[in-house]
Amino acid sequence: MKLHYEISGDDFLAAGKASSAVKKVLSQLSVNPAIIRKVAIAMYEAEINTVIHGGGGCADVIISPDNIKMIFKDNGPGIPNIELAMKEGYSTATTEIRELGFGAGMGLPNMKKYSDDMVVTSEVGKGTTVTMTVNL
Amino acid sequence: MKLIEVKNILNATVFTNHSDDYLANVEVNQACGADLMSDVLAYVKDKGLLLTGLMNLQVIRTAEMMDINSICFVRGKKPSQDLIDLANDTNLVLLGTENPLYVSCGKLYNNGLIC
Ligand SMILES: Nc1ncnc2c1ncn2[C@@H]1O[C@H](COP(=O)(O)OP(=O)(O)OP(=O)(O)O)[C@@H](O)[C@H]1O
Ligand SMILES: [Mg+2]
Repeated sequence: MKLHYEISGDDFLAAGKASSAVKKVLSQLSVNPAIIRKVAIAMYEAEINTVIHGGGGCADVIISPDNIKMIFKDNGPGIPNIELAMKEGYSTATTEIRELGFGAGMGLPNMKKYSDDMVVTSEVGKGTTVTMTVNL
Repeated sequence: MKLIEVKNILNATVFTNHSDDYLANVEVNQACGADLMSDVLAYVKDKGLLLTGLMNLQVIRTAEMMDINSICFVRGKKPSQDLIDLANDTNLVLLGTENPLYVSCGKLYNNGLIC
């Protein structure tokens, strides 16, 4: 099954709609709740990053018999140093975002923790693609 | 601890459409006091209660993703209708107490809700 979501870049408060929709689909498919939780958390972190850092983009979710793949693409500023961005506590989030309860630099490490495989590709000035796989 | 005990200990108001009978059947295994959703997403492990002074839609979304079953807003803050609607949609219980975060956590801890 393939699902596609557009993610708006200018509405932080609307972020999470795609993750919420996928969580509902997986529940309807009777996927194991522990797996749903992993997918939901990893996806939500990625969706928030797409909004606050990537300026919006899209998400593709592919549900196969063996795994769930989540691909987030944006045409934002890109990540100059991916290794640094992956470190716990590294964040370039604005004060406004911090006041809303985010921007602790925990998202990318958390996405890695909750997915079985994660690949980040990024080009400065072009955008970022994050692909996460959770095995079933 | 049952959620109804949380309500009584904190002298809390219920904002969502959940009855006391419903709260009497909801088990709270773990509680977490935090204003930083990044930390909640990284560290909360079990179904439970989130106590927070932060109030926006992403608090409700975070709870939804983490399978947190109840949120208590501290220091007398009242959620707006869009937050209450989203919580009702996802069957998340919203409570509110006049107690500040530190006092709320202390009272629950003292009554046996330990981590
Ligand atoms: N899609 C993206 N486009 C551009 N930069 C990004 C993107 N995703 C992450 N980054 C960069 O990597 C940093 C670390 O991301 P991470 O998700 O770990 O933390 P955060 O989003 O800043 O805070 P948190 O996730 O705890 O709310 C970000 O602050 C940002 O500089
Ligand atoms: Mg992030």
